[in-house]
Amino acid sequence: MSDTVIEAPEFAEGTASYLTDGTTLRSWLLTTDHKRIAILYFGTITIFFFGGGAAAALVRYNLIVPQGMIASAETYNRLFTLHGVVMVWFFLIPAVPATLGNFLVPLMLGARDLAFPKLNLLSWYLFVAAGLVVLYALLAGGVDTGWTFYTPLSSAYSKSHVVAAVTGVFIAGFSSIATGLNFIVTIHRLRAPGMTWYRMPVFLWSLYATSVLLVLATPVLAMTLLLLSFERIFHIGVFDPALGGDPLLFQHLFWFYSHPAVYIMILPGLGVISEIVPAFSSKRLFGYKFVVWCSIAIAVISFLVWGHHMFVAGTSLYSALVFSILSYVVAVPSAIKVFNWIGTMHKGFVRFDAPMLYAIGFIGLFTMGGLTGLFVAALAADVHLSQTYFVVAHFHYVMVGGMVSAYFAGLHFWWPKITGRMYPEMWGRAGAVIIFIGFNLTFFPQFFLGYLGMPRRYHAYPPEFQVLNVLSSAGATILAVGYLLPLAYLTWSLFYGERARANPWGATGLEWQTASPPLTENFVSTPTVTEPPYNYPPPEVVQRHV
Amino acid sequence: MNLWLPQATTSAAEVDYLILALLLTSCAILALVFGLILLYMIKYRAGSDFDRGAPDERTWRLEAAWTVATLLIFFGLFVWGADLYVRLFQPPSDALKIYVIGKQWMWKIEHQGGQREINALHLPVGRAIQLVMTSEDVIHDFSVPAFRIKHDVLPGRYETLWFEVNEPGTYHLFCTQLCGTGHAEMFGEIVAMPAPEYQNWLEQNGAAETLASAGETLFMRYGCSGCHGGNGAGGRQSGSTVRAPALAGLYGSPVPLTDGSIVTADDLYIRDCILSPERRRVASYPPLMPSFAGQISEEDLLKITAYIKSLTPEKLP
Repeated sequence: MSDTVIEAPEFAEGTASYLTDGTTLRSWLLTTDHKRIAILYFGTITIFFFGGGAAAALVRYNLIVPQGMIASAETYNRLFTLHGVVMVWFFLIPAVPATLGNFLVPLMLGARDLAFPKLNLLSWYLFVAAGLVVLYALLAGGVDTGWTFYTPLSSAYSKSHVVAAVTGVFIAGFSSIATGLNFIVTIHRLRAPGMTWYRMPVFLWSLYATSVLLVLATPVLAMTLLLLSFERIFHIGVFDPALGGDPLLFQHLFWFYSHPAVYIMILPGLGVISEIVPAFSSKRLFGYKFVVWCSIAIAVISFLVWGHHMFVAGTSLYSALVFSILSYVVAVPSAIKVFNWIGTMHKGFVRFDAPMLYAIGFIGLFTMGGLTGLFVAALAADVHLSQTYFVVAHFHYVMVGGMVSAYFAGLHFWWPKITGRMYPEMWGRAGAVIIFIGFNLTFFPQFFLGYLGMPRRYHAYPPEFQVLNVLSSAGATILAVGYLLPLAYLTWSLFYGERARANPWGATGLEWQTASPPLTENFVSTPTVTEPPYNYPPPEVVQRHV
Repeated sequence: MNLWLPQATTSAAEVDYLILALLLTSCAILALVFGLILLYMIKYRAGSDFDRGAPDERTWRLEAAWTVATLLIFFGLFVWGADLYVRLFQPPSDALKIYVIGKQWMWKIEHQGGQREINALHLPVGRAIQLVMTSEDVIHDFSVPAFRIKHDVLPGRYETLWFEVNEPGTYHLFCTQLCGTGHAEMFGEIVAMPAPEYQNWLEQNGAAETLASAGETLFMRYGCSGCHGGNGAGGRQSGSTVRAPALAGLYGSPVPLTDGSIVTADDLYIRDCILSPERRRVASYPPLMPSFAGQISEEDLLKITAYIKSLTPEKLP
């Protein structure tokens, strides 16, 4: 397959694909095809993304003036809670695994479908059910505890719809577990002949690590939310000291899930970038095995750092010391990945199509998110910076600057494969640049706000913080344009985009060896793998092509 | 736009040096990452005919090098941050104690002399201050950016925080743990003044009685003295028919419990004994004391504790 890696077989236009195999609503809603389920997920999370984004826009709008543009603190608290709950559980966690992962895992493995197609469909229905419950909580009046649901505020004092919201999150958790389980079994059992573990693309390794986290961590969240609901409904004392409980127990349990969840959100993004950088550098991924084992290391260590959310919460001195050093340790594999991506560009043939621009934006923003994480891992600095806008900026750099950029990078990269259409390239590049600029304008000023002491979750603030807040809100308008652009041009491309070839990027990987869009059966015959991943040809061959 | 935050405590500058070190390290790494990306974007763009030579096959040396380098830098930052934190964690023994109670949505301050304030805290410069903090309802957080300090204020616990102010002035006090609708209104000011002015302030706002003497009144009113005796002499000594442990000299001393363990009687232990006497009962005393949970406010608990602390065996008749 030496040169054919790049020149994949062409398929006659208009052949049947998974998109044309049944056009009724029923054929979509009862499908067990992983590709169609990916599309269902894609539509659902897009709605959540723009819903959560609208809440964020209102939050930034409110903060333009010190006394707050929105009159009531009740409304403001509900807005940022909605933003957090929706973005964390209904966008970031499912974003890459449930859409790109669902679509690509069997294709990349050379398999016909996931191991449990019906479970896959069930996970989407659970996800929709969870979304409807959260929608109910919202329409009934909302929740005001923040997405972290800290007790005893959530269990005893909040007068909002806490139980409905945590029920939604609880159900969404089962959808996550189903997806995770499906991926683990599929990767173990359904690899094509010759697809050894070390021939798997890093994207699959990342999803494997993510799946392990989903299966192991999510049940802890389920238990915690169940206990919280019991305390709120039946007044069973678990977390509320007035009932003999311990409020820090809630924080320990919550972060025991929610810190690994941070990696559930970012690991798939790291996988996406590990596919795109080699493809657009026409070069093997630098240090493949290191990158692979970094994913696994991140997954393991991420279970041991939850206490860094509690440095000022009243835990012991020794626990703070241990969690601080472990937090530095977990940052090492992420740093190694960044160096490996740069190493991949070294001596490559770098092209700047939209996926690569999003990926480069990702590397920059993720690095900044990671470096500012070092500030809050340093104990004495964390005392000053935690619970301020510094932390808000830090995790948005990782989650939005990093993860959402990676999601868009992957979306553009595999868009031709998923839809059979090319997106308009110039618009794609413009979108990547506008998002990068808008993102930095929105969140960079928040580092200064945090250092100066502006607390999170304030609907009004002292006037000296206004200038930086106005800058941040102004940046948010550019960011909003940046996010609406892909919505517009990607939708446009579904109808008017140029037809995509099987392998428009000249990329390696089995998914590029089948038609765009793929057949329902994925491959005409089961492929056999004979080479290592990212087997981009040596420089001379590339030079001839260029 | 003012990007300068006052350094009002003795440790503020140290925290700022740490943040500066983190900033410089980050800038160096960012310059490296962005610099290399930009360089490779130009030098190795697909259109450039720069000679790439043979691809590198052996990568593990580079991998090992940057893994070790990253680990060393991170370890240095960890030690720096941890060392400072450990020092900030331990208050000097002669610190002036001031009591803080958080509730939705205000800060209540109780001084030793009985002075009370709401959403304001007056304190002297040049003296170590230790705040003893608790909450009446949800978790709050006592945060003073100009002091570079912050700590959660929990219901059912006493959390402490210490610092020494060296710049007189007025500084923001924020609640930084989401505590409900009025979270952003839980806002106050810290007034740091030179010691003589602080003395004046204490006298002008002097209360009729100190915390401890107010506690003595409560000690009688809640009937504590009925069993524990006047001046905390203990049940038997004062002729009471009930056997209750003596309280004079209790504070800071080791107490053997029924389960065989020994605890040091600190603020939290005394508070627990009043609210749930069964939980950590003193060895060799019968379980007679009723629980006062829900009957005594946090302020009254502080006063009674202050009174018990003031009792020493020498004061007994």
